[in-house]
Amino acid sequence: MDILLKSMNLLDPGSKVNEVADLHIKNGVIHKIGDIDSSEFDEENIFEFSGKYCVPGLFDMHVHLREPGREDKETVVTGCNSSAAGGFTGIACMPNTTPAIDSAEVVNLILQKAKDHLVDVYPVGAVSLERKGEALAPIAELVEAGAVAFSDDGVAVKTSAILRNAMEYAGMYNAPIIEHCEDPSLDDGAMNESFVSTQLGLPGIPTVAEDIIVARDILMAEYTGQRIHIAHISSKNSINLVREAKAKGIKVTAEITPHHFTLTDDSVKTYDTNYKMNPPLRSNEDVKAGIEGLKDGTIDCIASDHAPHKVEEKEREFIYAPNGITGLETQLGITLNELVHKGILSIEDVVYKLSVNPRKILNIPVPGIKVGENANLTIIDDKEIWTVDLSKTKSKSKNSPFDKRLLTGKAIAVINNKQMFCDNEFKQI
Amino acid sequence: MPLSSKHLLGLQGVPAEDIQLILDTATTFREVLDRPIKKVPTLQGKTIVNLFFENSTRTRISFELAQKRLSADTVNFTTSSSSTKKGETFKDTVRNIEAMKIDMIIVRHESAGVPQYLTQISEANIINAGDGRHEHPTQALLDMYSIKEKTGDLKGLKVCIVGDIAHSRVALSNIYGLISMGAKVSLCGPSTMMPMGIENLGVKIYHNIEKAIHENDVLNVLRIQLERKAGTTIPSVREYHNYFGITSERIERFNRDILILHPGPINRGVELSSEVADGPYQIILDQVTNGVAIRMAVLYLLGTRP
Ligand SMILES: [Zn+2]
Repeated sequence: MDILLKSMNLLDPGSKVNEVADLHIKNGVIHKIGDIDSSEFDEENIFEFSGKYCVPGLFDMHVHLREPGREDKETVVTGCNSSAAGGFTGIACMPNTTPAIDSAEVVNLILQKAKDHLVDVYPVGAVSLERKGEALAPIAELVEAGAVAFSDDGVAVKTSAILRNAMEYAGMYNAPIIEHCEDPSLDDGAMNESFVSTQLGLPGIPTVAEDIIVARDILMAEYTGQRIHIAHISSKNSINLVREAKAKGIKVTAEITPHHFTLTDDSVKTYDTNYKMNPPLRSNEDVKAGIEGLKDGTIDCIASDHAPHKVEEKEREFIYAPNGITGLETQLGITLNELVHKGILSIEDVVYKLSVNPRKILNIPVPGIKVGENANLTIIDDKEIWTVDLSKTKSKSKNSPFDKRLLTGKAIAVINNKQMFCDNEFKQI
Repeated sequence: MPLSSKHLLGLQGVPAEDIQLILDTATTFREVLDRPIKKVPTLQGKTIVNLFFENSTRTRISFELAQKRLSADTVNFTTSSSSTKKGETFKDTVRNIEAMKIDMIIVRHESAGVPQYLTQISEANIINAGDGRHEHPTQALLDMYSIKEKTGDLKGLKVCIVGDIAHSRVALSNIYGLISMGAKVSLCGPSTMMPMGIENLGVKIYHNIEKAIHENDVLNVLRIQLERKAGTTIPSVREYHNYFGITSERIERFNRDILILHPGPINRGVELSSEVADGPYQIILDQVTNGVAIRMAVLYLLGTRP
């Protein structure tokens, strides 16, 4: 099939493309770029995207798909639908499923479920069997099956010994360790430890619980010469540690979630459990440090930590409610609204943080906008004003604090694997 | 003049006039408690649920008695939240109770925020009987009432709250209430028992019990939770007693005019020596009696609020 995307701002930092042009996609492959005569195309295959950005398909490297085990919260397919609706053509899914992604069977199952989807799914394997931190998961076998990185996400890798061995072992395959940084002896809280937690009477999780593991992991990365990726960084000190480590040439990368660069622990004052996540929302100073880290490149990418939970699980006592919020469908909007429109990042920076860098960290080829490449694209309208409506989201779960939030900018179409998602529907192209 | 709020969730932000009104009303009910027939028909026809997710026999009995003295119909619902931990029981429990056309809910829960949450799903008046480490307003009110009964006034009075402030629900309520009534509030305890930023509330912090005894008019001594993981916040109960315990020697040496309160139950030989617990400086049993009067006052004021 031939489709024509008209007069877009093509923006592909990898291929150094930054121009206004039409795009002819033939059977899912970029066939021609330039000023293209639309008379040869069927009318329904011409898309007027004038003034919209066309960028390499966005990628979210921290998604909880919940399958296998909690298909009532999300499945591979609903999670992929949510990704497409949010503008993402690729995601990495975290291994804290039941069973955990600690065997080739589970990797195969996920890949099988995602096989025909527009969205590419890259499983992250568990560092340790059952994520218990006691014995290494079969890392080589997981790599062979398709795992792109290793993590015991939900918790930090339990011991320095397991961490060291995992880094060295995974290093043979150039797969990074993705760390959820939290010292388990300091983690029995329900929100950030601060004057706010004191006033709310909720047990706190101190920022130093994160900093300690970030420091440990950086030291281990330096010692082993291997790579560490800090997931959902949230504390100012941790960001400083990463900045210093990068300056020393240590192989450390980091991601931040949209909620950690927009919200503070002040939001918890209503005891709304949609503000309960781990790491918790931090102070204003930490938020500012996050933004600074994004600006100066200390923080390489933005990732949602999409964590679907059922309404009835969230609607309960604050200390017992599960951690996490959905994020795939609000992530780009919040990024554009809070970072681009406020002059903190350019659209090009966003393409790095949400498309190029996460793939580079995971050794996944970055799609280019050039003739002969498979069309893997996200079309962004950075000016569209819209209101988040959770009831209309594709995710199976609706746990987000961003419902009813007014945002400027969103993805209006994604293209990948010879499919297009546009106007709320998937079609073959 | 009615209370400004329909609920009593805590003392944070409660105007001094409201606190004064509750204390004054309690004085009238305190007299009722000394009569041979201790019952008034004030809340006849009102249905009150004591919804206790955490066991607290004392507080529940105090509320229950206050309700009976006011002729309200009461239902007790005690459940361990471990049974609600897994399923969807918490919200369902509350919905069920709400469906029974209840006028007031007295709630105790180990999670902060539950009373506030109840106001969103129930039409009833909600009274917080202790939520997590957050607030326990009727305890603070009865503490203030008991202090006032002995000293005549709270204004300018120096009150020190002693013990595990971080894990206490009584401390915050006392701090808010006492400060708004013009008292000078301080805290005393090991630094590991002080929650982050508590000094922002305008309270002085002592780590020396003798100094605290010497410089204050009143000590409100909190219970040390012996069941808390031993050795993590304090080295031992023995060391706690040696460095933060209230003993007769300390009182006699540093301040013979001190007034000692304790919300109970007491760990004798830990926060108070037995001598102090039974001695002339304490008003622990007055607090218990006054607790009923305070709860009657709160129930009455909320139950008859237009
Ligand atoms: Zn995590």
